[in-house]
Amino acid sequence: MSKRNPEYDFVWCPGCGDFGVRRALEFALKDYITEHEKPHSHNVIVAGIGCSGNMVHLIEGDQPFGIHGIHGRTLPIALGIKSSRPDLNTVIVAGDGDFLSIGAEHIGPAAQRNLDVTCVIMDNGVYGLTKGQSSPTSDIGMITTSTPHGKIEVPVSPLNHYLTVGVSYIASYYSSKPKILAKFIKEAMDHRGFSIVHVQSPCTTYNDTYDLLKGKPKEGIPGLAWDIPDDHDPNDLSSALNLIQKPGIPLGLIYKMEGKTLEDRQQEIRNKVSEKTVESTLSEYII
Amino acid sequence: MQKKDFVIRFAGEGGQGLVTSADALARAATSAGYFTQTFSTFPSQIMGGPASSQVRISTSPVLSSGDGVDVLVALNQYAYDHHEQDLVENGVTIYNAEEYTLPDGGNYFGIKADEIAKSTGNARAANMVTIGAVANLIDFSLTEVDNFIKKRFNRGRDNDSEIIRANIESVRLGAEVASQSGFSVGKLDNPVKPDYEQIMVTGNSAISLGALSAGLDYYVGYPISPATTILVWMENNLIGSNKFAYQVSSEIESINAIIGAGYAGKKAMTATAGPGIALMSEGLGLAWMAEIPLVVVDVQRGGPATGLPTKSEQSDLFACMHPAHGDVKIPILAPGSVEECFYAAALAVNWAERYQGPVILMSEMAQADRGENIPKPNLDKIKVESRNVYSGDNGFKRYQSWDGTNELTPMPIPGGSGAYVANGSEHDEIGDTTHLPIHHIRLTERRFNKLKLLDGAHYEIENENSQLIISPWGSSKGPSREAYERLLDDNYDIGWIYSVALNPIPEEVFEALKKSKCVLVPELNYQGQWSSLLRQDGIKAQSVIKYDGTPFRPGELIKEITRIFDKERKK
Repeated sequence: MSKRNPEYDFVWCPGCGDFGVRRALEFALKDYITEHEKPHSHNVIVAGIGCSGNMVHLIEGDQPFGIHGIHGRTLPIALGIKSSRPDLNTVIVAGDGDFLSIGAEHIGPAAQRNLDVTCVIMDNGVYGLTKGQSSPTSDIGMITTSTPHGKIEVPVSPLNHYLTVGVSYIASYYSSKPKILAKFIKEAMDHRGFSIVHVQSPCTTYNDTYDLLKGKPKEGIPGLAWDIPDDHDPNDLSSALNLIQKPGIPLGLIYKMEGKTLEDRQQEIRNKVSEKTVESTLSEYII
Repeated sequence: MQKKDFVIRFAGEGGQGLVTSADALARAATSAGYFTQTFSTFPSQIMGGPASSQVRISTSPVLSSGDGVDVLVALNQYAYDHHEQDLVENGVTIYNAEEYTLPDGGNYFGIKADEIAKSTGNARAANMVTIGAVANLIDFSLTEVDNFIKKRFNRGRDNDSEIIRANIESVRLGAEVASQSGFSVGKLDNPVKPDYEQIMVTGNSAISLGALSAGLDYYVGYPISPATTILVWMENNLIGSNKFAYQVSSEIESINAIIGAGYAGKKAMTATAGPGIALMSEGLGLAWMAEIPLVVVDVQRGGPATGLPTKSEQSDLFACMHPAHGDVKIPILAPGSVEECFYAAALAVNWAERYQGPVILMSEMAQADRGENIPKPNLDKIKVESRNVYSGDNGFKRYQSWDGTNELTPMPIPGGSGAYVANGSEHDEIGDTTHLPIHHIRLTERRFNKLKLLDGAHYEIENENSQLIISPWGSSKGPSREAYERLLDDNYDIGWIYSVALNPIPEEVFEALKKSKCVLVPELNYQGQWSSLLRQDGIKAQSVIKYDGTPFRPGELIKEITRIFDKERKK
């Protein structure tokens, strides 16, 4: 997109994790389109506000359909798209600030509906676009422009939050390996239900966590990120809950539960209640 | 004594069947060929609390809830004490003799409705005892009440005939009590039965039906008085293979969900009241900016904050016209009767599709739940407009600059061609974010130019060269019209200008208002919101205001209008 339009004036900083997430999303979309024989036009990207939301403009190749809306409201916009057009593959791209602070009120209801949309959440632990304020996932004590004396609240634990409100597909990964990340995003698109791929996507300007995540193996410093063991059963809620209590950033599929979606339940109502014409409804009022 | 109309009010506590009684009487009278309008007022609680429900019955279309009460049915002492002053001269009260007594000698008599109903073998027929008494007082045909009862209780159950018998007997016994009291409040002229099919409908049901008739296929909402009945209506009636009606978790979800559905190609709507409009303001700005068709219904109530959830006010006009930050002016339709609610809702859906943007339909508490008999709309004659959908090659310029002289650029729909980003940030013609001045200039102009597409709303201009022009908006139309007609009868040099569309105002209406020397705007708010917007446009307007939570009465309007009339004449 940006290549096509020289006037488009937004750029990510060099090294931004969002570049990797973009590549992963491009891979996932390509695979999804090929596998499901769905034309490109049946994929809609709903973007939050923040650095990550600009993904909707920066995706390379064919222009997808998308909405770049208002801060925090990706989920209700996606609800409107998916509930009115179940044929559309609806993908949310948003950051931790957009999704977990102003937009957090919508996660629970979306989970209870089991709304069949896929969220790709880019977590950098900071508000980057507004130049470095503390975010819901910033650590306690962290010095930012809005917490000059240190952040005085504990960070939200996104994975615990997702799991306990009933999100039906949860994966956690980081931006550095787009090919593997793409596999989880594609899996989340395939999952019938509310899916979230939570991605550590470091901000090289305000909160560069690359080294923290990977550690320095040569110097014997372990990274925060750790691979989820092969024997983890993602269909088991209590093992998933136990798994994410371990400190650090798990990499892989945490939880996956098949169940009825909002669309399924709506269809059950349609099957149960007979369709009414406007004329027949109007006639009920004849006196 | 021949009368043109009667007002019968049932007052007591919420949950005592007040609305049922008024509704029953209205239906019986409508079946007999009269015009009726009901009106109810109640507190914001599930049960109990002082409440009342009334019906006005007339030989001509009913414009307002009237000035006084001809027959008051007071179910408790409190109800009598608080409604007695509304009785007209020679008005009669029927009091609930099982609950309290009144000293001898007044214009009233007691009735033991429960006891009488029990004697017929059906304790639930107490309100029919009262209706029988009322019918006797206004000399209304008991046969018509019988016909209503037969229709109401003919439900195909084994005990239908027994219920019908007990109810008819209750009516007779109630009429007998009234007859023995010796009171009468007069007699209505014989009705002229309309030669067209009629429906009995509330304002909120009319809005719902109107939106459906224009092809609405998506509705979400959040419960809020007095708009909840629209959500409930949609859940029960907007059903079908590509239809969706659903309760979401807040008004913020409502507006953003209909943005998503509108973007995805659907005719989408939500309904709310003032607090919901406040929460939707950012979303309405997005719909204006990204050019998404959708309709928001604001059933106004008293504000600000939680305000008066079940009372009348027209104080959301500023909030609806300019809900969002930035350069925004949302198209507004404000119907002034139950019938107009139907047609304005259909037009709101059409407008949204036509200009590709948000439209607000403003109704109001007093209009929302009141019932009226109106001609049954002919669905074949409802114009159904659908957006012009893009079907060309990809690489479409969705947001081309547009001056209103040619056809508006079509809208691509996901699944089709012309993929683009509907962008809430300022954008260039393909939808990419931009900060360049030229794009903000072009697209701001495009968004305002699109308002030129919005015409076809109902308006009325009469005697526009008169000394004084009455120009109400929304639900104040009825009482204002009644006041206007009575003043005309008294030979006042007075004119009438009324428009359902407040933004944009039809050109003819605007020109007529502009020519007028004095425009009086009856409206239910403190600031005189509509007249102040008219003054911004150079119209010599002033408001007649009321802000006590109740609608205008024609009599109080006449008093105020004649006062201003005399003042203007002395100038």
